Amino acid sequence: MSIRLGGIIAGLAITLVLVLWSLVPGVYNFVFGPPAEKPASYAFYEHGEGPAGGFSFDGPMGTWDVAQLQRGYQVYKEVCSACHSLKFVAFRNLQQLGYTEAEVDAEAASWTVPGIDQNTGEVNTRPGEPTDYFPMPFPNAIAAAAANNNAIPPDLSLMTKARHDGSNYVYSLLTGYGEPDPAKAAKVGFETPAGLYFNKHFPNVNIAMAPPLAIDGQVTYADGTNSTIPQMAEDVAAFLTWTAEPSLVERKQTGWFVLGFLLFATALAFLSYKQIWAGLKPKKS
Amino acid sequence: MASDTAVISETGSEEGVRRRDWIHIAALSTAGVGGASLLFPLISQMAPSADVLAASSTEVDIGAIAAGQSIKTTFRKQPLFVKRLTPEEIAAAKKDDGTSMRDPQTLAERTKEGHEDILITMGVCTHLGCVPLGAAEGENKGEFGGYFCPCHGSHYDVAGRIRKGPAPLNLMVPEYSFTSDTVVRVG
Amino acid sequence: MSFAWAKQYEPQSTFTKWLDEKLPLPRLVYNAVGAGYPVPRNLNYMWNFGVLAGFCLMLQIVTGVILAMHYAANAQVAFGTVEHIMRNVNWGWALRYAHANGASFFFIVIYLHIFRGLFYSSYKAPREMIWLLGVVIFLLMMATAFMGYVLPWGQMSFWGAQVITGLFSAIPVVGEPLQVWLLGGFAPDNAALNRFFSLHFLMPFVIAGVVILHIWALHIPGSSNPAGVEVKQESDTVPFHPYYTSKDGFGLGVFLIAFTAMVFFLPNALGHPDNYIEANPLSTPALIVPEWYFYPFYAILRAFTGDLTIPFTGIVLIPAKLLGVIGMFGSILVWFILPWLDKSPVRSGHYRPLFNKFFWFGLIPTMAALFYLGGAHAEEPYIMLSQIFTAYYFMHFLVILPIISQIEVPKPLPFSITEAVLGKDTPAEAPRTGTAATGDAGTLPDGSLQPAE
Repeated sequence: MSIRLGGIIAGLAITLVLVLWSLVPGVYNFVFGPPAEKPASYAFYEHGEGPAGGFSFDGPMGTWDVAQLQRGYQVYKEVCSACHSLKFVAFRNLQQLGYTEAEVDAEAASWTVPGIDQNTGEVNTRPGEPTDYFPMPFPNAIAAAAANNNAIPPDLSLMTKARHDGSNYVYSLLTGYGEPDPAKAAKVGFETPAGLYFNKHFPNVNIAMAPPLAIDGQVTYADGTNSTIPQMAEDVAAFLTWTAEPSLVERKQTGWFVLGFLLFATALAFLSYKQIWAGLKPKKS
Repeated sequence: MASDTAVISETGSEEGVRRRDWIHIAALSTAGVGGASLLFPLISQMAPSADVLAASSTEVDIGAIAAGQSIKTTFRKQPLFVKRLTPEEIAAAKKDDGTSMRDPQTLAERTKEGHEDILITMGVCTHLGCVPLGAAEGENKGEFGGYFCPCHGSHYDVAGRIRKGPAPLNLMVPEYSFTSDTVVRVG
Repeated sequence: MSFAWAKQYEPQSTFTKWLDEKLPLPRLVYNAVGAGYPVPRNLNYMWNFGVLAGFCLMLQIVTGVILAMHYAANAQVAFGTVEHIMRNVNWGWALRYAHANGASFFFIVIYLHIFRGLFYSSYKAPREMIWLLGVVIFLLMMATAFMGYVLPWGQMSFWGAQVITGLFSAIPVVGEPLQVWLLGGFAPDNAALNRFFSLHFLMPFVIAGVVILHIWALHIPGSSNPAGVEVKQESDTVPFHPYYTSKDGFGLGVFLIAFTAMVFFLPNALGHPDNYIEANPLSTPALIVPEWYFYPFYAILRAFTGDLTIPFTGIVLIPAKLLGVIGMFGSILVWFILPWLDKSPVRSGHYRPLFNKFFWFGLIPTMAALFYLGGAHAEEPYIMLSQIFTAYYFMHFLVILPIISQIEVPKPLPFSITEAVLGKDTPAEAPRTGTAATGDAGTLPDGSLQPAE
């Protein structure tokens, strides 16, 4: 009895404290206080959509479009890699994009990676080997910030997993540059700060990255595909999805196999269970 | 159902089980197959990972090695001995080519044609994996003037062949090729 | 202890006879989860989750030990070793996704297990000890899950470690030094990461130990059941094996289908994208929230926004930060006295009309709301809503349950489990008292139901 009495007293006390000291002032502020204001920039944000028709790897049956990944790699190499690293990806991984061993060797050798002189021990550079990882464009974070107006270009290896709905996010961000609606901007007094760029799909719409894909045909695709800005954005978004999760297709394919097996095993387990209980449960009268 | 009475009968259920035994056997075997196939990822995860397996290669500059000298470098995280044999050592090794050995090999089989003064071997004793002595100046070269493993007393000759002691095989010669007269690419 | 009609283990071969004399392990298993354990015959699917929770613990230990073979608890490389597991280790991605989603599914199973206990009053005498040990397991699980989430050393890991150890800084006087001591520094770094890894490895085995006590305590009175009346006769029970082993086998199959669907098709759906960004002590993510399974408690933590002051004097008795911490820990600690708060002699919610209403229309919506609110931004109206639901949460356990257990008129209980399963026209072995037909609600036919006050 005493525990119950104590419980009731404690419960009433907690509720009283919560209601009188937290809820009541909160409600008072909400009703009579100044309305909560969001920065004007939020008015311009638009949630990004992926490319029309989606990506080839979308959905439970999705697979890589190898030609697209190769085009995306070309966009990364010719555009993004100037500022963005890809530090968790090694050149040897490119074999998964359909390149032969010799092509991977040649591709790796086309990159310059940091090395050490075998005779003097001095730091130097050398052509990449398949076992090397993609090189860092800047020696350290301070150098990266100094070269980019104080904004450090993030590593792209995991970008599509590090953002909500990442593949579509990357695509929409690359195609989201433009100018804010001037009438609306004038009305709320919105202006993109100097050194930043307006991008309606970036969370606070002011992004430090200059439009990386500026004109159609910026990259000349080896396979002859017409390199419009949306095409390049889609290709590089697909490539970055692969870098973030090289096992994506293998995972989905394994999943179907495992699920099929489990459905079969569970059906058998159900029959076995029913069979065992059948003798026990008499008919309801 | 066997009975429509409300009385529970243990034996009744057991008869049912016997009649449809196959379903339990099938269910249990399927579960067994599932459990056993789970072992595959659990075991294979301990095997070398993709980054370890990715064949790496090492380039060695042999131009600076004088006759009779060796250098130690690393190949796949293991020591690699690169030795330039003197004419006397080559002669001694060739003289022994025909003698009975535990792991018979000729010097020619252990070097590249035209470069038979360059002997490249792993610095890993084939007995239990210690690093043999003899690559550096002043180290014990063993009774046959090549390498000597101090762990369990294996003696290798100038061509890295096992001549005495417990080691079963000659020092391993990795795959390598000459990219130029003075540069060797191992791996 | 077991019922008099429990089957006895009889070793057949010479070897098992020898083993039974020297180390009666097969006998122990036989009596614990074999044919030697009589279980009420009327258990529904809600009773599957105990076995499933045990499976989850084993799954987490197996995958966790394997991940530890490839992981390095050093702030410089921890994030990279997790990526190494995902990219290079054979089947590493599957093992890591299984471990990460395994934690979520462990909590799903545990929440359903607790839900079962709350609705069917599994915490009541004579099963208080099982319940108390269960709450201990839950607390240990929360600590283990939190420390495990720090290990990948992503942004959420880092800021989670910062915020959760920050809770301890709310304690008066010793709080700030306590936080520094917990972290081994002034911010999460190597020292914190290493000790969290060490403890994260240790704790599952502590949990396994408490689970053994939990099961031991269960075998003293035997399992509870949906009717809430105690086992009286042999026809009330069936042997655990093969009846419940087969049912649990089927339940495990269903569980694994749901689990593998998440692991293979939506492996990151229950996580936060921010944790794929390497920890950065200089930048806080826009929305810091814990993993979903902590949401209700996080909502309670954030509900206390005002200091407890003496009105018009400005004297602060308890700061809001401390109130929130007290509220959050109190919301779980209140479960420790639950067996003594709810003294209704009737166990099953099916036979308690008033309890049933408060449970389905009070507690369940409250928990659903708190789950939602814990993951929402800390802004109105979410704060006001979490305050209202937090107040109901405490009222439900501390005020409503004690009062309704006093005033409620329960529905008539079945005489026995056999009757509950087979209907009333079963030839009963003893005369029944209260039935629905006679309408003498409130008569308690079952002597074992009387509270042991």
